[in-house]
Amino acid sequence: MAQEHEIHDYDVLVIGAGGAGLRAAIAVSEAGARTAVICKSLLGKAHTVMAEGGVAASLGNVQGEDNWRVHFQDTIFGGKYLNNWRMAELHAQEAPDRVRELEQWGGVFDRTPDRKMAQRAFGGHTYRRLVHIGDRTGLELIRTLQDKAVHSGIDVFMECTITRLLKDGDRVCGAVGYWRATGQFVVFTAPAVVLATGGAGKCWQVTSNSWECTGDGHALAYEAGAELVDMEFVQFHPTGMVWPPGVRGLLVTEAVRGEGGILRNAEEERFMERYDPKRLELSTRDVVARAIYTEVQEGRGTPHGGVFLDVTHLPAATVKKRLPSMYEQFMELAGVDITKEPMEVGPTCHYFMGGMRVDAETGASSVPGLFGAGECTGGMNGANRLGGNSLSDLLVFGRRAGDGAAAYAATAPSPAVDGAQVAEAAGEMTRYLTGPGTEDPFALHAELQATMQANVGIFRHRDGLATAVDSLEWFVERAARLHAPAGGAAYNPGWHACRDVRNMLTVSEAVTRAALLREESRGAHSRLDFPAYDEEWARHNVVVRREGDAMRVERRPVVTKSDLAQLVDERKAAEAR
Amino acid sequence: MSARTFRIWRGDSDGGRYAAYELEIQPGMVVLDAVLEIQRSTAPDLAVRWNCKAAKCGSCSAEINGRPRLMCKTPIHELPEESPITVEPLHTFPVIRDLVTDVSWNYEVNKRIPPFTPKPDTEWLIGQEDVDRMAEFRKCIECFLCQDVCHVLRDHELQSQYFGPRFMVRVASLEMHPLDTLDRTHLLADEGGVGLCNITKCCGDVCPEHIKITDNAIIPLKERVVDSMYDPVPNLVRSFTKRLPLRIR
Repeated sequence: MAQEHEIHDYDVLVIGAGGAGLRAAIAVSEAGARTAVICKSLLGKAHTVMAEGGVAASLGNVQGEDNWRVHFQDTIFGGKYLNNWRMAELHAQEAPDRVRELEQWGGVFDRTPDRKMAQRAFGGHTYRRLVHIGDRTGLELIRTLQDKAVHSGIDVFMECTITRLLKDGDRVCGAVGYWRATGQFVVFTAPAVVLATGGAGKCWQVTSNSWECTGDGHALAYEAGAELVDMEFVQFHPTGMVWPPGVRGLLVTEAVRGEGGILRNAEEERFMERYDPKRLELSTRDVVARAIYTEVQEGRGTPHGGVFLDVTHLPAATVKKRLPSMYEQFMELAGVDITKEPMEVGPTCHYFMGGMRVDAETGASSVPGLFGAGECTGGMNGANRLGGNSLSDLLVFGRRAGDGAAAYAATAPSPAVDGAQVAEAAGEMTRYLTGPGTEDPFALHAELQATMQANVGIFRHRDGLATAVDSLEWFVERAARLHAPAGGAAYNPGWHACRDVRNMLTVSEAVTRAALLREESRGAHSRLDFPAYDEEWARHNVVVRREGDAMRVERRPVVTKSDLAQLVDERKAAEAR
Repeated sequence: MSARTFRIWRGDSDGGRYAAYELEIQPGMVVLDAVLEIQRSTAPDLAVRWNCKAAKCGSCSAEINGRPRLMCKTPIHELPEESPITVEPLHTFPVIRDLVTDVSWNYEVNKRIPPFTPKPDTEWLIGQEDVDRMAEFRKCIECFLCQDVCHVLRDHELQSQYFGPRFMVRVASLEMHPLDTLDRTHLLADEGGVGLCNITKCCGDVCPEHIKITDNAIIPLKERVVDSMYDPVPNLVRSFTKRLPLRIR
């Protein structure tokens, strides 16, 4: 291993090139700072492309009575009052401008008859609010940002994986990674780093997430000393494919229900009438996911262990026009014509509400120089995210984190890199190739997934969570002996998986310990041993942080804002009626 | 279910060979499932690029039984049972390792295409019919299968003279945007090399998004180039005016 590594110097590093990372990078570059985007995959392949339904913004193009206050209320109600109120406020206020800006950068969205951007209905949104194009809105968003970014003088480092953040005292001062193609190490120096690495759905067996979603940013932040918040809240999307086995977990967009799709159990009952008679299929995701899970558990599921989602009452032409990729997905992967037969669907791990705790205005974490945006951060979505709020979240807070990081970098001291930290980071990766370990990363990953699926799923119980903690401690011990099963440093997935598994172990432990602490049921966190809301817990988030080598889990009051109290109280009263 | 044999190309820029793997096939398995299962069970260093496994990201492009396809969108039961399933990297791009190729050239081409440029005081009203026309091009997931199959790039290796079908689609989406103000016909005729396409339509045949690349993107762009650069009437007018802002819509 060469002692001298490739080194790049920037003002701001953005780690991750999904919507949040690209939007942050554009903001950094507009502020005049030297910007690098570093991503594990090729540019434009990030998980944002999987977002189908739309981006939530109270433009009021379809229903003029919509405004940011209602969007704020919907978001807080969806998040079961645990959201950071200031984040939810900024998000609701700024989403319309961020969406208009996308259009001005060349993004193309479906129209109303008067040629404005059309908006569709979605779960938990009072009005028709989601700007969309068919059911591939995420692709439109990422391609628009990608084309804007490549013409903004941003340097992109593709297929480069970051394994460690570098620190100069308390401050972040850069990062170390490796090129996937060659395995060569690379050092980035910068006074500010923006984490935009997305979620960690790969900790579960049944997931809509791609291989990339291994919680890298969550783990990097935790290891660098930043606080994580709301980690117990993991969103299980109600509708993933359940058959055939190869596609189990693959997302079926909420737009299917937004366009009028009906859920039925094997007894042909429209069961949502029992769980949420007011909102039915368009109830919030936590409610629909629990309902489907319960129907299947109680023996009213389909032959492949799901429920039916039916759009056959809609004209076939409408289905093909409004849901083209769903039509194709079922036709090509399951041999099902959704205009003629119902789909079979079941819950799938989808989204992390929890992540690095950040300041609403700037995306700054508790570690100087470390910023974040999007799914790897927490606070905006509280206990449950509304569909459509993820794309708007990453635009609003991607921009804010980019601005925040650029402003910080302009006055921060020059980074001083500690060679020992670089050597330690490179040493860890080298050990997975040449060390004496024998643990197979694929096997350990599979065991981790089985543990999380069985014990830290939609419904949780102290006993299962405690079992999971024991297993995780054992996995962490084994992870010290991880080793690539074959091959060298050049594009070796077995080697890459070693570090990915360690990140997932850190994230899984944070989720499980936070879930154990929160002794109530709220949003995406359902405890069989504590099935009710708890008023004390309604005022607290769970924060996870590192203390030496130990993981500390503690309560922290929810971030509220006095001038928003009336809006929140209004909504609480309306829901109580 | 039965077992199938996979012949997977293993190697790097110095060369390689086909390795055979036997695998029990589960119902509904696609080629990517098989490749990942082989990776997990017997060949942990088998290099493969993939992301969404849902035909939305365009990462897992390969040549399956000689045809450029997405591995995640190729059900195994559709492939002839009597012969092994051959999986190779894209031929048009340099191999990095096994099934992974270096597609970075495509990203360099994209940088050379001037981005969407609206008027400063644009009123943001667009008709759904314009959206529908552009939507076909904007469906592109950048899998680069069209670039792989294109004779101009694959056989004649004219990467220095032709952007390839993917970027004809990209230019078409910009040129057909009703609020864009740039004229990219000179770019297309010169460094874009649209004239090199001889309309064999192979690109559209392999497009997983079913974009009619030749009919709806390349031919209309060729027509625009001809109209703006070789039409005698505008040429005559051009001799009187400095530059004709010709945008035929």
